[in-house]
Amino acid sequence: MENRLNDEMIEHIGILAKLELSGEERERAKEDMGKMLGYIDKMGELDTSGIEPLSHASGMQNVFREDEATNGDMREDVLRNAPEEKDGMFLVPRTFEG
Amino acid sequence: MEKRYETVIGLEVHVELATKTKIFCGCPAAFGGAPNSHTCPVCTGMPGTLPVLNKKVLEYAVAVGLAANCKIAEYCKFDRKNYFYPDNPQNYQISQLYLPICTDGGVEIETETGKKTIGIHEIHMEEDAGKLIHDEWEDCSLVDYNRSGVPLLEIVSQPDMRSAEEVIAYLEKLRMMIQYLGASDCKLQEGSMRADVNLSVREEGSEGYGTRTEMKNLNSFRAIARAIEAERERQIELLEAGGLVVQETRRWDDGKGESYAMRSKEDAKDYRYFPDPDLPPIVIGKAWLEEMKKAQPEFRPEKIKRYRKEYDIPDYDIEIITASKRMADLFEETVEQCGQPKKVSNWLMGETLRLLKEKGMEPEDIRFSPENLAKLIKMADEKKINSSVAKEVFEAIFDRDEDPEKYVEEKGLKTVNDEGALRKTVEKVIAENPKSVDDYCKGKEKAIGFLVGQTMKEMKGKADPGEINRLLRELLDGIKEQ
Repeated sequence: MENRLNDEMIEHIGILAKLELSGEERERAKEDMGKMLGYIDKMGELDTSGIEPLSHASGMQNVFREDEATNGDMREDVLRNAPEEKDGMFLVPRTFEG
Repeated sequence: MEKRYETVIGLEVHVELATKTKIFCGCPAAFGGAPNSHTCPVCTGMPGTLPVLNKKVLEYAVAVGLAANCKIAEYCKFDRKNYFYPDNPQNYQISQLYLPICTDGGVEIETETGKKTIGIHEIHMEEDAGKLIHDEWEDCSLVDYNRSGVPLLEIVSQPDMRSAEEVIAYLEKLRMMIQYLGASDCKLQEGSMRADVNLSVREEGSEGYGTRTEMKNLNSFRAIARAIEAERERQIELLEAGGLVVQETRRWDDGKGESYAMRSKEDAKDYRYFPDPDLPPIVIGKAWLEEMKKAQPEFRPEKIKRYRKEYDIPDYDIEIITASKRMADLFEETVEQCGQPKKVSNWLMGETLRLLKEKGMEPEDIRFSPENLAKLIKMADEKKINSSVAKEVFEAIFDRDEDPEKYVEEKGLKTVNDEGALRKTVEKVIAENPKSVDDYCKGKEKAIGFLVGQTMKEMKGKADPGEINRLLRELLDGIKEQ
């Protein structure tokens, strides 16, 4: 299977994932992802004409919860997952709006 | 010849639903609260958590869709919209792209140019993001996830509007409809209703569309109208100068009265939507849909018809009262308790509207109960308080929903019904004001007004002016005859 991933695409995927890749890492990513695509392509060999697309494997439908508050204030626990905290909020690197 | 341009506008309206809890977890959706006090592992996107749809969100979405004459999908599902931004802890927003809950609807608007239907392309359910606060001092950003996971409906119109007037009429129509459903309070200032304006211009008579821009940060009807006018002018100027309109998102600065292009997030338009595997699809069968149709409330046109039949109040009052669901509910409940539609209407049309305007509030902000207004009307009917005291009591009801009986008791505002005491006061006032008495006896009818005022002052406002008037005339006419 030919590798359809070119440098430009790897660059684009890197930007979306907020990753800065070195030249060597980029090459490796290209190769790995190419293999993954090849693996997925294998499925394309199957004849799926006349089969409805499936979006969920569980077969479940209409799973709901009632509109009742079940959670109390668990800010302390939640904030334990923050990389850093300030004034009860998650502190993250400066982000520009828009 | 100078070219004439037509403005083409489509709206994306976000409405925050009035559910008690968030869309996918049991955290309260209420506004406010200390930062992150309404959060849990689900709405902060922790690995391994499982979102479960709040049924009420679906019901509200269907109700709004039905009211907007949409088709309700028999089968719908959620998709992930992937983007990286710290207000969104999962790195994707759960939304609906491929199979939204409602499609192909429309609502009728009325402007000075007549009636017109604005098409609705689709309505879908999604979750709100957290709030980012930029800390200039530390050069970092702080995130509060209380709003993360609050349910939203996004209502996408067709590009059917041609003026700011039509846009506002459309928004007012949506707002009234949604408020009637109780699905949201739809406050632009507080952000529970947000409108993004997609606008392009084209030469009058042409069929195709020009390149459009999307305008954000519009927090009032006035800002929307100004932004539309400014963007129309900006695009026409560009085209007239031989330039091209760039498709971009712009941010309106209402203080400056102009907009600027938002720095596009690098390649952010690549959202890589895919079905959310955590949320099973929703199937709405005929029986369930019928049930939801039956649960639709009475909307304004039917309400107006019913009021005309049931209540003996002027059409003008009916128009004003039914313009707000809160007002209409209050009217009906108060009438039910005191049985006096005209008096209830007078309190709503008079003092209530006056106080709302004075305090810069909207009818949806009214907090007093129909019980207390009904009690006040009864007390005034029974002459337990006079009309100026009633106004004072009403302010206490309006501000703090005070029980009027208690309030009058505590403040000692009850009308003195003791005729002996009142007669004594009137006699005293007559004795102290010979000049006015003389004027009255010489035929100056108006002099009695001063004497009524003086008596009321002596009684500290706690007398029935009709009764004072009667006693004064009785005593003065006696003097006259002498």
